[in-house]
Amino acid sequence: MDKWDFGFTMMIVGMGGTFVTLYVMTLIMELLKKVFPLAEKAANSDKSTS
Amino acid sequence: MIESILLGLSGMGAGVTYLFSQGGPNVIMLAIAAILLYLGVKKEVEPLLLVPIGFGCLLVNIPLSDLMEQGGLLKLLYDMGIANELFPLLIFVGIGAMIDFGPLLENPKLLLFGAAGQFGIFLTLLLALALGFPALEAVSIAVIGACDGPTAIYVASQYAPQLLAPISVAAYSYMALVPIIQPPIMRALTTPAERVIKMAAIKRSVSPTTKLLFPIVVTLVTGLLAPKGLPLMGTIMFGNFMRECGVVARLSKSAENEIANIVTLFLGLAIGGTMEGHAFLKPATLAIFGMGFVAICMDTVAGVLFGKLVCKLTGGKVNPLIGAAGISAFPMAARVVQVQGQLYDKKNHLLMHAAGANTGGQVGSVVAAAVMLSVLKGMGLI
Repeated sequence: MDKWDFGFTMMIVGMGGTFVTLYVMTLIMELLKKVFPLAEKAANSDKSTS
Repeated sequence: MIESILLGLSGMGAGVTYLFSQGGPNVIMLAIAAILLYLGVKKEVEPLLLVPIGFGCLLVNIPLSDLMEQGGLLKLLYDMGIANELFPLLIFVGIGAMIDFGPLLENPKLLLFGAAGQFGIFLTLLLALALGFPALEAVSIAVIGACDGPTAIYVASQYAPQLLAPISVAAYSYMALVPIIQPPIMRALTTPAERVIKMAAIKRSVSPTTKLLFPIVVTLVTGLLAPKGLPLMGTIMFGNFMRECGVVARLSKSAENEIANIVTLFLGLAIGGTMEGHAFLKPATLAIFGMGFVAICMDTVAGVLFGKLVCKLTGGKVNPLIGAAGISAFPMAARVVQVQGQLYDKKNHLLMHAAGANTGGQVGSVVAAAVMLSVLKGMGLI
């Protein structure tokens, strides 16, 4: 493979892959926050103190 | 008898004779070792690394000491933890145990700054190829742009062990120089109005369950998308999981203190041991230092430009300066953003947002390296 083919392939797939992977992670983090909100924990601790 | 005494004395003088006859590069490296020790001890520039690296460099450049020969102390350390990539991975366990991903989880979009901050890696890859470095050496050099010492060592030790010394020294040197390199670029790329943008205070909204599941989910996602980088992400997230689960406090504390300290000591000495004058002083070393500088500058440029884009898209709710924190140099880059923000408005507190982007940069650098390794694997080059 030509070195420029290699370089640009790495750049496009590498940078694109990094963005896509991190974007997927942001979606999962948002999902985790929705599924396990802080309020649930706070509510439980309120109950146990009352 | 006299002959034996003379032979014995010649053995004692062999080192000095070597130094004056063919030890020119060693003399230069002894001076470099002195500079590294001076920077570490007097200027406190990354002392935990520069002191052992400087001393390792000093030891290996004393002629005929055989410390880097088979069975020598530095060679043993090198084989024990660098040739097989163990040391950088153990350091990652410690880093994971130290990092609080809370600010990032409060605002997950900050993770994208950690992607923009890796642009320098890929630009440097093209630069290294243009300068004639073979593909795997170019990739190893480019990873300096991750601004992440253990990642750079991990990749270089596998795919360009002959360049490990200049790559690791460049990576750690530029990490230490982040507070000097970044501010002029940040000022050049932002307007006075952009620098004083105040960002909304971060509300505490992350549950302990989310923080506990985060390292597991990240490990799964990265492992599935970029399996060649799993040792990197797996160890950092294992350290973080120990921190967040709360039931192995002793292990977590050991990882971030004793293990990280001992491994840093061995790693530094072994890297110093690779800085033998005749092997280190080559034009390639100078080129690697130059490209490392370009990589970190381009990371900052891309991060700030991405910050400006997000600022426009959000109607001015994001201060573009935080883009500079999307690199792995933690927590230096976040502190630089806070200091720069307060230069223009003392009441502007960007630290928590910058810390989120900075931990995003930590994750981003590992993901970028993992993706690169997986692409190389896909191309059949490794």
